[in-house]
Amino acid sequence: MPKVTFVQQDGTETVLDLPAGTTVMRGAVAAGVPGIVAECGGNLMCATCHVYTGDGVDGRFPGVADGEDELLDCTAEPRQENSRLSCQLGLTDDIDELVIRVPGAQT
Amino acid sequence: MSARRGVVIVGAGQAGVQAADALREAGFTEPVTLVGEEPELPYQRPPLSKEYLAGKASHDDVVLRGERFYEDRDIDLRLGRCAVGVDRIRRTVTLDDGAVLSYGHLVLATGTRPRQLPIPGTGLDGVLNLRTRAESEELRRRLESARKVVVIGAGFIGLEFAAACQAAGLRPVVLDIADQVMGRAVSAPTAAFFEDRHRAWGTRFLTGCGPAELAGEDGRVTGVRTADGVTVPADLVVTGIGVLPHTELATMAGLASDNGIVVDEYLATDDPHISAIGDCAAFPTPRGGGRIRLESVQNAADQARCLAARLTGAPRPYDALPWFWSYQGDLRLQIAGLLTGHDRTVMYGDEQAGKFSVFCFRGSTLVAVESVNRPADHMAARRLLAEGAGPDVTPDDVADPGFSLRTHAARRAIV
Repeated sequence: MPKVTFVQQDGTETVLDLPAGTTVMRGAVAAGVPGIVAECGGNLMCATCHVYTGDGVDGRFPGVADGEDELLDCTAEPRQENSRLSCQLGLTDDIDELVIRVPGAQT
Repeated sequence: MSARRGVVIVGAGQAGVQAADALREAGFTEPVTLVGEEPELPYQRPPLSKEYLAGKASHDDVVLRGERFYEDRDIDLRLGRCAVGVDRIRRTVTLDDGAVLSYGHLVLATGTRPRQLPIPGTGLDGVLNLRTRAESEELRRRLESARKVVVIGAGFIGLEFAAACQAAGLRPVVLDIADQVMGRAVSAPTAAFFEDRHRAWGTRFLTGCGPAELAGEDGRVTGVRTADGVTVPADLVVTGIGVLPHTELATMAGLASDNGIVVDEYLATDDPHISAIGDCAAFPTPRGGGRIRLESVQNAADQARCLAARLTGAPRPYDALPWFWSYQGDLRLQIAGLLTGHDRTVMYGDEQAGKFSVFCFRGSTLVAVESVNRPADHMAARRLLAEGAGPDVTPDDVADPGFSLRTHAARRAIV
């Protein structure tokens, strides 16, 4: 089961064991991780589940598709090289551990 | 009598759950009790007419929060329970199991229920609403064997359901008493575009036409007879003709209601210890035009956050910009602002390709933007309208071939 560590801006960490098949966004929202707002529920219609990916992510997820790319230009905090929408980060059993950095603002 | 403490929230939908979450997030340490009528973990409704109905989302995918969330935050969940009475003097709520909960503050987040068709035959087997997870599941099951589907009501729910029928290989018939689909919710160009697309996907529309009776045989529905006397054969009829706010508890408690539980700009009723939020609340719109009631995730969540801020010592009037979305087939519709009273629209983008926005003006003031498969337009429009910049965007601006919402917004930021 993938272990995902969410790191807030102040360094606070939330560690979740999430089942394969869910997304980083769903896992965070269900557990109430602060800072993952996910207004549209994962339909690629907002940019409020924006995260910065950290260790353990390289090559684990499909690249950024067009719809996600368009929305990553609309995030509240600046887009960076490692910016993703967490609703597009589907977890699989290939992933052991991930570090996800939560931006300071989503709206 | 000792001072009453804690918050009791009646209604465990998007608004109620968000209120509990936001209270704890703000450091509220008194008891929080969340009362939900349905016997299962609180869940999201939007996917019920979309990905859940299509079997693309599981039960776990649609719950609002996991069980651990409520335990970890010491939120007392009372599921499968109804509030049946409020004693405003003692400040208690009575549940249908006889439990009496005392409150320092009571939050009514009671939501809505589907409006029922006022015609004969609605009790026949094969006639369903689409409101609860159980109903969505039942409809998913029935779509496997249904052959002739009639949808009554061409609103968001009706058209989302029609899109699900099309995906299941069916060609539904959609009836609506209005001449325009999604009549109350979108502009004429957007409505016409969606109607055309649905037709191309195989849906037949009977607009300007109300149902008179549901016909049946052996207790099962066999068709819908219209007011024009035509009978449309059906083995499955889904109604989506709007919802009514749950105001009974408020009314019993002597609180005012008028198309919703009446609240002020702080979402307070006329009892300082009782507030109402979400679909059930009729609140004064900050942008003029009297009291409104909105049915949306945005409104539920933002009102919950606004109320939680007040209850934890940071009161502010509710003034969030409304926005909505629908998802039909491959079309993502997003609406920023309220288009009530608009008298002019300007099309922007490529309608043929199904990627465009419709700018809705009242006079020369931009009041709303509808975006189809243009999420970046939607996000920019929300930012612009929320900043009160509606009067700064004119119909001529949008009609200019070089116009872009994002550069327009950026230019404003620099000026």
